[in-house]
Amino acid sequence: MQKRTKILLILLGLLPISICVAAGLGAYQILPWRIPKTLLFQEEGFPVLFYVRFPRIVLVAIVGSMLAISGATLQGIFRNPLADPGLIGVTAGAGLGASLWIVVFGSGLLGMWGVPVAAFTCGSIVTIGVWKISESGGKVHTVTLLLAGIALNSIAGACIGLMTFLADDEQLRSLTFWFLGGFGGATWTVVFVTIPIAIVGLIVLLQQASSLNAISLGESEAYHLGVRTESLKRWSVFGVALTVGAAVSAAGGIGFVGLVVPHLLRLIGGADHRYVLPGSALGGALLLILADLFSRTVVAPAELPVGVVTALLGGPFFLWLLIRFKREIFL
Amino acid sequence: MIELSQVGYQVNGKWLVQDINLTIKNGVFWGLVGPNGAGKSTLLRLISGELKPTIGEVTFFGKPIDSYDPKELARLRAYLQQKRDISFPYTALEVVLFGRYPYLNGTKESGCDIAFAQKALERVESGKFAERLYPTLSGGEASRVDVARILAQAPGLFLLDEPTNHLDPRHQVQILNLCKSICLQGKTVIIAIHDLNLASMYADQLLMLKDGIAVACGSPESVLTKNMLTETYNISFNIITHPDGYPWVMPNLDFL
Repeated sequence: MQKRTKILLILLGLLPISICVAAGLGAYQILPWRIPKTLLFQEEGFPVLFYVRFPRIVLVAIVGSMLAISGATLQGIFRNPLADPGLIGVTAGAGLGASLWIVVFGSGLLGMWGVPVAAFTCGSIVTIGVWKISESGGKVHTVTLLLAGIALNSIAGACIGLMTFLADDEQLRSLTFWFLGGFGGATWTVVFVTIPIAIVGLIVLLQQASSLNAISLGESEAYHLGVRTESLKRWSVFGVALTVGAAVSAAGGIGFVGLVVPHLLRLIGGADHRYVLPGSALGGALLLILADLFSRTVVAPAELPVGVVTALLGGPFFLWLLIRFKREIFL
Repeated sequence: MIELSQVGYQVNGKWLVQDINLTIKNGVFWGLVGPNGAGKSTLLRLISGELKPTIGEVTFFGKPIDSYDPKELARLRAYLQQKRDISFPYTALEVVLFGRYPYLNGTKESGCDIAFAQKALERVESGKFAERLYPTLSGGEASRVDVARILAQAPGLFLLDEPTNHLDPRHQVQILNLCKSICLQGKTVIIAIHDLNLASMYADQLLMLKDGIAVACGSPESVLTKNMLTETYNISFNIITHPDGYPWVMPNLDFL
């Protein structure tokens, strides 16, 4: 068996294990191997598992996989290993939507759906804006896409700053916690709204894998190899906007997963996107499950924001990778 | 096989290439020569279909080039770019396998494709680099891997933009010998090249460009003449005959 197939299978095998371990740990402890039985026969602990732990862990897994595969895709499109899912404006747009909603409507209107819907809508609008700005004569120039993303990111950032300025104390607290990210509000309803978006997004992105390989050589070379470069870019940006929009709306700002996971995968198995994309989806889910587990157990009964955990653990880890494998990563 | 009629290409009101008429037959080795900025690369990219002519038309086998599906076109012609950089750790063999992209429909490469790529690497004496990471190769090694990639693409028409750049004389000759042997198999090679002497030794036909206009076209003997070269490059030249019979061009230093 090829090394890459092995890595993917190992990741796939680790996923249910990590889900069970994460589901078992917390204020109420259940041994991982008793979880299937507990679920099946609705034994003691069933409500905690079924209504609290599992929706949360499933949502965490989906969000992690969406962020990581989006990061891998954008790194491929921009041919730059430093690209981050936030580059095309979707994260900042979603942040702007969320802060507008919190400050203007409070959290009352539309209940729990107000903020995520506003975040998703605004993230999509900003991404469409970035796309339209960089389009000329039916073609999108990658460098312009990048620059337009940076420009709109900073405009959205300024507007978020303005909202923060206008917010009262309670709103400020909601804003801060939203931006730090977290899965405290996970329910099966949120999971079922997110799943279809995730499935569409993941399928769209996975299909771009071999074209992303060709575009690593450069856009012109990819064209000469028969890649429809414009449609590749359009579908990739669409998929990233969809998945990152959904991820940020469901869980707020969670950094580093989209950047670190694709690197890890390249480091252990090489750069082929047909392996990096599915591997990132699995690895992102695994990593975020562990980060979330850490965030809700380390200072229990309080909870650290998961965005803080990913940045706190991801940052130094990424630095270690850089120093240890300088050559392989950047060259 | 390939026909260019009245082809012109304009950017921001400036004609980069103008009024090119050319018929390219199978099995002919073409050289595009001319000063920097004469339009050699632009012409290559017009022939490859990457650029759409502002006026005129490029046809492949009697069909306009933009009527081809991108993958179909990629099986007919390959293009080697001047500058190349890859920031991801692909192995050399993987880079060569990208050449098989137009033959795959999102499927994995078969053992056949891999053997084909391996053979292409060996044809440029780079078989031993197969598992090396492309970004760690030297400029010359990377150039040869790139040539292997377009060999793996197995087209009928090879377009190469300065394929001998960054190569030592031995590897220059090796790449051009390879091009020559491709031609002898009935395939067509068009290279843009600055080295007039290499062009003279290898090309069957030369097209000399100046400011986007074809100033001379024909055999190296008929194109590489004192007057023509002086007019095109604005310096004077001496021309002698290479022991093997090719015109040998030397710029005069009398302008100093």
